[in-house]
Amino acid sequence: MTTIPTPDLSHLSAQDYEHVYEPAEDTFLLLDALEADLDDLKAMNATLFLEVGSGSGCVSAFAAHILGSSTLYLSTDINARACNCTRRTGAQNKVTLDSIQTSFINGFHPRLKRSVDIICFNPPYVPTISVEASEAQGLRGIEGSWAGGSGGMQVTNVFLDMVHELLSPNGRFYLVAVKENNIPEIQERMKTLYQLDSKVVLSRRAGREYLSIVRFEFATST
Amino acid sequence: MVRLITHNILACHVKGCTSNNFPLQLQGVQIELREAEFNPEFLKTFLPKIEWKALVDTAKEARDTSLPLEQPEMLDDEFLKNLHHVLLEIHIEEGTMICPNCKHNYPISNGIPNMLLAEHEVG
Repeated sequence: MTTIPTPDLSHLSAQDYEHVYEPAEDTFLLLDALEADLDDLKAMNATLFLEVGSGSGCVSAFAAHILGSSTLYLSTDINARACNCTRRTGAQNKVTLDSIQTSFINGFHPRLKRSVDIICFNPPYVPTISVEASEAQGLRGIEGSWAGGSGGMQVTNVFLDMVHELLSPNGRFYLVAVKENNIPEIQERMKTLYQLDSKVVLSRRAGREYLSIVRFEFATST
Repeated sequence: MVRLITHNILACHVKGCTSNNFPLQLQGVQIELREAEFNPEFLKTFLPKIEWKALVDTAKEARDTSLPLEQPEMLDDEFLKNLHHVLLEIHIEEGTMICPNCKHNYPISNGIPNMLLAEHEVG
């Protein structure tokens, strides 16, 4: 589907993928959504891009490739190996990704509030029992890339309460979700609590998963 | 890698540590210099997001004294080139970032800053 080539990941090995989520249909759907919005994203002249849970770095490298060097690409992951892969994926694709090991955006200076132009989050969205998701985040390994707890929303919900503080007035936030996450409820909640409008911009079935990309922006932006 | 542009947006987030928690001080750092494409437009748009004094102080800790103490009003080429070098070409590969207030240590390993806290330190 993607006409812009996906980032070169040939430097990553099976050993890396033992510890770091290997790009799959969910990743590629997010790339496709970014590509479909390419003209708008370019027109934003984004200064700051942020990917939370960057894993292999595939999405950040793709964004850096399509948007160019006038943007700072920050990426975070709780998994040290993921941060390392992200950094290497940047280098392999001749873009610079500033990778930070942290949970969500913890440790970012408060003045970054309302100044991130593009945010991407492909969360651990698979419904599991709640304790499994908490333990997975605690382990800081590959389990944390998919175990999503109750409704698959345990980790996502934490970030959904942070997004409005980070996003610039004209910013866009792209979220990967599956049907079990109850996307209409997420959309309703983000509108009510944070005046964030949203749209399901792309959906695709991949095996057992029905994947969607939800794009959020502030209601006031045109 | 921790470039100084990234360092400039990191602050201590230990529970209760809310003042004098920025900028994190560099200690025992190993630095690599890597050339980056000079993009004056990016520098000009990013400049308002920079905490100037923090950047100048940190650059000094990284042994670069090319930046003026006060941010100049005229952004001439020489200034922008120095700024470009400080923000984007100085990479901290190893070392520690220390909170000036609570002295918490944030390690930098393999070019990755670790901002994770233990459970009891989280605010």
